[in-house]
Amino acid sequence: MSADSSPTDRLPTDRLDGFRDLLERSDAALVLTAMAAFYLLFLSIGAILNYDFAGLISILGQVTFFTAVYALVVLALNLQWGYAGLFNIGIAGFMAVGVYTMAMLTAPPTGSPPGLGLPVAVGVVGGMLAAAFVGILTALPALRLRADYLAIVTVAISEIIRLTYNSPAFSTFTLPGGIALGTGGANGIGNFPSNPVRAIYYADPSSAASETTPIGTAIFGFFETVFGVVRSAVIVDLTYGVVLAVVVFLVYILLARVGNSPFGRVLKAIREDEIVAKSLGKDTNRFKIKTFMLGCALMGLAGVLWQGFGTGAVYPQAFRPELTFYIFIAVIIGGAGSNTGSVLGGAVFANLLFLMPQYLPNIIEQTFAIRADPNNFIAAVAPIAAGEITPLLGYVLNQRLPALRFVFVGILLVYLMQNRPEGLLGHRTETAAAVDLSEGHTPGGTARSDPTAPDESGGVDDE
Amino acid sequence: MEPYARGRRLLRDQPGLVVVSAVALLLVGDLVAKLLGGGLTPARFGGFVWDGLVIGLLIGLAGIGLSLTYSILGFANFAHGDYISWGAFSGWAVAYLLAGIDRYAAGGLLLIGAGDGPAPGDVGVSITNTPLSIVAGLVVAVGFTVGVSLLVDRLVYRPIRSADGITLLIASIGVAFALRYLIVFFFYSGRQGVTDISRVPSYDIGGVVINAHELTIVVVALALMVGVHLLLQRSKLGKAMRAMADNRDLAQVTGIPVEGVIRTTWILGGGLAGAAGYLVVLTQGTIAYDLGWLLLLLIFAAVIMGGIGSVYGAIVGGLVIGLASRLSLIWLTGDLSSFAEPVAFGLMIFVLLFRPEGIFGGVSTA
Repeated sequence: MSADSSPTDRLPTDRLDGFRDLLERSDAALVLTAMAAFYLLFLSIGAILNYDFAGLISILGQVTFFTAVYALVVLALNLQWGYAGLFNIGIAGFMAVGVYTMAMLTAPPTGSPPGLGLPVAVGVVGGMLAAAFVGILTALPALRLRADYLAIVTVAISEIIRLTYNSPAFSTFTLPGGIALGTGGANGIGNFPSNPVRAIYYADPSSAASETTPIGTAIFGFFETVFGVVRSAVIVDLTYGVVLAVVVFLVYILLARVGNSPFGRVLKAIREDEIVAKSLGKDTNRFKIKTFMLGCALMGLAGVLWQGFGTGAVYPQAFRPELTFYIFIAVIIGGAGSNTGSVLGGAVFANLLFLMPQYLPNIIEQTFAIRADPNNFIAAVAPIAAGEITPLLGYVLNQRLPALRFVFVGILLVYLMQNRPEGLLGHRTETAAAVDLSEGHTPGGTARSDPTAPDESGGVDDE
Repeated sequence: MEPYARGRRLLRDQPGLVVVSAVALLLVGDLVAKLLGGGLTPARFGGFVWDGLVIGLLIGLAGIGLSLTYSILGFANFAHGDYISWGAFSGWAVAYLLAGIDRYAAGGLLLIGAGDGPAPGDVGVSITNTPLSIVAGLVVAVGFTVGVSLLVDRLVYRPIRSADGITLLIASIGVAFALRYLIVFFFYSGRQGVTDISRVPSYDIGGVVINAHELTIVVVALALMVGVHLLLQRSKLGKAMRAMADNRDLAQVTGIPVEGVIRTTWILGGGLAGAAGYLVVLTQGTIAYDLGWLLLLLIFAAVIMGGIGSVYGAIVGGLVIGLASRLSLIWLTGDLSSFAEPVAFGLMIFVLLFRPEGIFGGVSTA
């Protein structure tokens, strides 16, 4: 009897342990599991809200999009902060430079504000180069500064950038050669080439009403006949999300390779002890500047992919310092110094802290049927004396949920700094050496899981 | 040959100083030319100077606290701007309540006109019309902000007192977020008028128009600054603060009550920040949840310029930043006037790059 039952008792826990082992060993499994969980979560949210199939695809597209863009910026910041210890809180500014440069290069010359009308690819590369250029302008003088001074300088530069784009002075201006250009001032730029993904589906990418391409006809037809989805926009959005996921994967590979290259080993050495790296004859400032530029270029790319192609319009208000702090919180959740942690941190922030609160009020209201909608705090709390709690709930849900989200994010940041400054994955050791230097290593054994490897964990307080 | 050698050395060692001096000379020369040539009337120039002084005093007032906590606790407190905002909202809620309680319901007054609350013109708050409510509001602003800063220190900073500057800085960003959006939760997210501008008397002094609110600000700010000066000079507090900024462990073994000094620092810094926030609304006439955050970078600029840890440096730095941002409007006309703030930020970046110890040589004079 007992001999029969014990294997069935043990089997699930064995499987669970095996799965946990897999997550410990394989970063890919970890990220995929997390994403599967988020997809499931948002599908159930869609189901609770009685979304049709197109709505569910749309929600999946959103999850993919925001996870990918956050992961991209967080990876870029992790390169600067986690690897080189450069405390950059001007992320929003560098993203703005990237997307504004792209928009100004590619907007049609006849539009308002006018652009240069160049191809999209030129715009994307130009945006990245411009962000890297502003990065080097910042880095060259600022790297001599202490970490907290660098922080203040970068946030000031990001505000200067935003106020410059916001200023009516450059709303439209003429270059010396007689070429008209413009930032659009406070209104920003709304007319630049449409998302390249649309070219897969539409003969004329700028118009959803145009003829579909053969691929478009096939895929739209497939979704229409099998799932009854007629809103083709959700399919385009989902495709863009998938394209972004591929971009994130490529950037991840790039950064992993950078991290394991001789260049990356110097970076890790700088992070651990800059004086040692210097005394070994490394010009640490050059390494830092290169890293800063690469990070800024990636932030520019993220700006293009997020605000440019994702939102379809760019305006200065999108680049307030709040955006920078979002990214920081995501890095801290994931753990500075870990690329996989960055992707996870971006995913956790984007889904649980950014997207979820947008659906939460709908779910609660649908469940509890809250109609009250007082427009100020006194009107919300006064009825409590009479035992009425719904006005307060209505006030919180209908009026002030975005504000409360910020309050929660702030408290979370404080909590993380007090209790878990190393984040989700920041505790993992990451060896700088290409081969395992620890005792009793076997050829082919991974250095990462070796507890005796030199302690080089990327804590947040690395400088 | 000697003078040339010196000049060359200066150019090599301090290129920033040379460039800044050259630009400053150029601007002063242009300013004199403008004043003499009639491109700029003395009255207009005086107006810019007065405006710069008013905002500069407020920046200096708020900067004292930031400077002290920066040097004593060793981190840049990004939440300082939101202490300022809370000072403004708590103070004006009470000032509004006292000014209008005889005619309007308390709820709308306490929320400074949120929702369907009374309009500023109806409540009629101004220094000449309702002086008592203005003073009461100032007292509440100071007291409330002191409370907020002590509470935040107890909950947030004290448990991680020994952490490094960056950890504390990040925690302060979290505090800033929470405080700022708690204002939105209780009040509102837009910008709203507060004072009754039509009932503020103004005086014409040699063509420069000065209104009673600006005068109030100057008087209150100067009085508070003198008070801080006396407090730090007449008590051992200043010495204890300097000792702590220098070496906290050494200060502790010498018998300085470290936590007590830190508490006093927060009381001082928080109170002054609250007063500054309250007074900023007096000059702007409007209130907004992010008013402190918008001032914070200018305050950082003032503190860094004056040398971190120096009370007098913060005041002078505030005046420099205030004057620079207003006087830059002489050249930044029309559409370019939106660059007054970036000019102040740029000035700060320059100081950080070429003289990170502050323009007064980093002598701590707390």
